[in-house]
Amino acid sequence: MREITIREALQEALREEMRRDATVFIMGEDVAEFGGVYKITLGLVSEFGPERVRNTPLAECAIVGAALGAALVGMRPIAEIMYSDFSPIAMEQIFNQVAKIRYMTGGMVKVPLVIRMPAGGGMSAGPHHSQTWEALYAHIPGLKVVMPSTPYDAKGLLKSSIRDDNPVIFIETKKLYGQKGMVPEEEYLVPLGKAKVRREGSDVTIVAVGRMINRALVVAETLEKEEISAEVIDPRTLIPLDEDAIVNSVRKTGRMLIVHEACKTGGFGAEIAARIADKAFDSLDAPIKRLGTLDCPIPFNPRLEDYVIPNEHDIWAAALELMGREFKEYSGERAVEAAAR
Amino acid sequence: MQEIGSAKLIEIYTTMVRIRAFEERALLEYRKGLPGFIHSSIGQEAVPAAVCAFLRADDYVLSTHRGHGHIIGKGARFDRMMAELFAKETGYCKGKGGSMHIAAIDRNILGATGVVGDGIPIATGVALGCKMRKLDRVVACFFGDGATSTGAFHEGVGLAAIWDLPVVFVCENNQYALSTPIKTYTKLKDLSDRAKSYGIPGVTVDGNDAMAVAEVARKAIENARQSRGPTLIIGNTYRYYGHSAGDPGTAYRTKEEVEKWKKLDPIRRLRGELLQKKILTEPELEAIVTNTEKELDEAVKFAADSPQPNIEEALKDIYYIAEGK
Repeated sequence: MREITIREALQEALREEMRRDATVFIMGEDVAEFGGVYKITLGLVSEFGPERVRNTPLAECAIVGAALGAALVGMRPIAEIMYSDFSPIAMEQIFNQVAKIRYMTGGMVKVPLVIRMPAGGGMSAGPHHSQTWEALYAHIPGLKVVMPSTPYDAKGLLKSSIRDDNPVIFIETKKLYGQKGMVPEEEYLVPLGKAKVRREGSDVTIVAVGRMINRALVVAETLEKEEISAEVIDPRTLIPLDEDAIVNSVRKTGRMLIVHEACKTGGFGAEIAARIADKAFDSLDAPIKRLGTLDCPIPFNPRLEDYVIPNEHDIWAAALELMGREFKEYSGERAVEAAAR
Repeated sequence: MQEIGSAKLIEIYTTMVRIRAFEERALLEYRKGLPGFIHSSIGQEAVPAAVCAFLRADDYVLSTHRGHGHIIGKGARFDRMMAELFAKETGYCKGKGGSMHIAAIDRNILGATGVVGDGIPIATGVALGCKMRKLDRVVACFFGDGATSTGAFHEGVGLAAIWDLPVVFVCENNQYALSTPIKTYTKLKDLSDRAKSYGIPGVTVDGNDAMAVAEVARKAIENARQSRGPTLIIGNTYRYYGHSAGDPGTAYRTKEEVEKWKKLDPIRRLRGELLQKKILTEPELEAIVTNTEKELDEAVKFAADSPQPNIEEALKDIYYIAEGK
């Protein structure tokens, strides 16, 4: 084991899979010599050449459409969308072709395609470079949706996604690219569809995705001082969702809080809440609570941005409320975040 | 210029007859009560027939909502096509695609799209995959004039151009994007001018003259095969019926205009050539029609007799699940 960043973990996954399988290739804007705006593909062109690390024009629809076409004839493309905020340009291809072509052909084709996209705020990048859209993709049958939060998961999940014969939307949290964690030297995979209990607890279940995981974990430490034992679960993949892991946790704790960086209305938290209401209603001791970004575009102003995205104070207050405790100010740490640049 | 040989002309003619007969029959069955939408390409047969005549069995085709012609041209079977229109489990897509989405993977027909223009970037990617895998295959991507307004056209053709991919972009310009006449949605007098902006050859051809289309298609396919990059072909043509089976096509076109185009009918023109050049006799031409009708009778019977898909089929084929999982 050694400590590396999520960025390095993703680079390793790409390099290893490209060495392993000659049909794996990368296409996207500025992915070759420049290494992508977040440097995830840095250095790959010198090892694999411009045939397999392909710079494209500024044309997201063609990036995804062409990646799909190549996948249909035996390649394993990895398309990089520079910012998830730009993915709507390709959404027609993703929603109507990538997700449906297997079904429309009566199961006659496979679509081994990964679409990577950096997402999330916290960088004062403003309304067009800060959004988090896993719920949009999770809504479309035919897609898998993966969203790692540690270097170990980032590497293992990306490798599994590349080997999957289905289209995978791989959402990377920009603000976590620089986050460090232990990753084995030897090869391993993390299967899609298995949640990870990041912290065990008995009083309240906190399901969090992306960088909300770190915030939930630091709040859980502070809650411990109040004698509230929080269990923190990272679903890691939203589609397929490890529903059992969440249901089992809620059966144990009786309380659930869901935290995501996507806007609250129509967010994936609503889906998890609905499933828990359906499957574990009799175990609930309190109404399910959801925290998501307030229903507004992500503001440029750092103070406003911090206000609209769920933070430690919000998670703390929600957990206290779930436990029926009096409100008090959060006195714990803020999660440390390290963007890649 | 190399002559198009007699055998090739007979092949093109036969394909045109097959396309028209299939669509006339499909419309007839549709009026009797098939589900969904159906878009006929009757009047436009020369372009798909002449282009497909120069494709090899392992070359690829991407089609459109008005796509029966492309699929028949590439060799799809009547019975399984008809079964798909009948929404039966024996259809090419197990009844999950319908007229607008027929794919025949065993003929390298990668499917049709219900969203205009979407097939263009996919075709570019198929060509990219062929090039990267050194497959020596060409992709023919069909679309209508309406698709040339989409961003997908611009992005898809542009990407194929810069990478010199083995794809031929074939536009059947039937003069209308549904009801919107071409002169109202583009300033261009000649759609092939668009090719200039991508640095590739663009050719406009009389799309009702099968021999002229054949000349252009042969050259474009050969260029693609020799790694000389894509070509944009515009075949000027006309659909006799409305946009779809529910549209009589009379609200935006005059009777005179339709009649004018019918005088330029591509099947009658090639038939005349075949007779004049003594390539086929009247009885031989008649036999093509008779054989086609017989095959259609059998296809309709096959489709009608085929079972409905099991209800469980609705939730199959969404994801690929490896054996044993």
